[in-house]
Amino acid sequence: MRQDIKMPTAEARDFAAAAPSPASAGAACASIAIRDLGHAYGELQTIERLDLAIPAHGVLGLVGPSGCGKSTLLELIAGLQEPSRGEVEVGGANDPAGRLRRCAFMPQRDLLLPWLSAIDNAALALRNRGVRRAQARREAGSYFERFGLNGFEDVAPAELSGGMRQRVAFLRTLVADKPVLALDEPFASLDAITRAEMQEWLAKALAAHPRTVVLVTHDVEEALYLCDRVAVLSARPARVVEELAAPVPRAADRDAAVTSPEFVVTRERAMRALRDGAR
Amino acid sequence: MKRWILPSLLLAALIGAWQVAASTGAIANALHIEGYLVPSPAEIAESLWQSRSLLAENAWVTLKEVLIGFGCALVAGIGFAVAMHLSETLRLTFHPLVVASQTIPIVVIAPILVVWFGFGIGPILAIIGLICFFPITVNTLDGLRSVDPEATKMMRTLDASRGQILRRVEAPSALPYIFSGAKISVAVAVIGAVLGELAAPDSGLGALIFRDMNQFETARAFAAVAVLSAMAIALFAILALAERRIVTWR
Repeated sequence: MRQDIKMPTAEARDFAAAAPSPASAGAACASIAIRDLGHAYGELQTIERLDLAIPAHGVLGLVGPSGCGKSTLLELIAGLQEPSRGEVEVGGANDPAGRLRRCAFMPQRDLLLPWLSAIDNAALALRNRGVRRAQARREAGSYFERFGLNGFEDVAPAELSGGMRQRVAFLRTLVADKPVLALDEPFASLDAITRAEMQEWLAKALAAHPRTVVLVTHDVEEALYLCDRVAVLSARPARVVEELAAPVPRAADRDAAVTSPEFVVTRERAMRALRDGAR
Repeated sequence: MKRWILPSLLLAALIGAWQVAASTGAIANALHIEGYLVPSPAEIAESLWQSRSLLAENAWVTLKEVLIGFGCALVAGIGFAVAMHLSETLRLTFHPLVVASQTIPIVVIAPILVVWFGFGIGPILAIIGLICFFPITVNTLDGLRSVDPEATKMMRTLDASRGQILRRVEAPSALPYIFSGAKISVAVAVIGAVLGELAAPDSGLGALIFRDMNQFETARAFAAVAVLSAMAIALFAILALAERRIVTWR
């Protein structure tokens, strides 16, 4: 599947060339296995019975109606919550601390810390691990160069555009060098044009820095474009209504991809599943 | 510009009206009291100048009390708020007590504190500390708890320890709240110092006001009040300035 990836722009080729650099080589592979998963907040059953498997470096999309427990599922995977039934295994670990060690979480709002510059935000994980500030900034700086954020290192988050903020937020999870990225509607707050740009950017970034990704989104098109597989979830309590294989290889040219006949057919199937599950 | 011109104009108008009313004896006549009980702004200014060394000496005493009392309350209040933030048991146990501490009628217990701690700076610091503790503690606690839970989750997946979340996320988030609490506190700390000095008149602007009022030195009493106000405003302004320099992201 990886050899299908097309790199349409010079920028994307740079990403690929940079891939084997030492800063990005550390993240080990991890697959995710979710077996017979159930979760409840007290009386409220959020997840009914879920089985999902994501191979190492696979990208799984989760779409479903609002409030269906997508974000809860993401937190369960990331080790921020414990299931009330069943098992979540991430890279061989099924305890919350082990899952937490293997996952980096990107919240819906970028949540960049306003008192830190862009690069200090991106370097947070390194600082938390005790890396000295100068060294952490240097390491994070190499990502800034590779991802076209040169010159924005010392800009305050408040002065960045919405798209730029999401880029920095994503780099923050990438710099953390974890095998699994848990992305919670990362582009929901962006306008349509910026969102399309960011989707292409993310696809290229993941081609250069392969990770196992769980992407929660309410945008079916986004899920089908960015992911290998998309699980359509039902209204709460969540279960998988349908699992679809992406119709286009990842990191394909977005405009060509989303207008291709296979893409349109799959999108309609996903929409139908979404409607069925919402009932 | 408007920020400065409008309040200055109002102040000038009030002083002008007061000057006219006092110097013509209008206020004293209307209230049926002796004229020397109503000093005019010009008389107050004259007393301010003539007694400048006495006022400065006593202002220095009061300022020291305010700074020490406020400083202790700041350290204790922030420390206590952090402890209550980190331990739910501590928070549930002590929060009602912190609120209750605010209901203590300081004016009434000030003489008792003098009995307890003896004359001197002890009871005055206790009063200032008691008054300042509440706004600082409550504001700091609110600030620490104002952090978006998503940010905490994000930090946890970025391998942050509890201490690192406190240092890198919660403490900076609490800073504007701490400054609000400190600004409220420093203004009331001046009142606290005067209350303490009135209960145990020894030195300081409060003690000076107490003596001058008893000796009908009303002009100098008013001059001391003006110095007190200026002190409170200056301390407030210093904190506001520090806040602007430190909390640059707001």
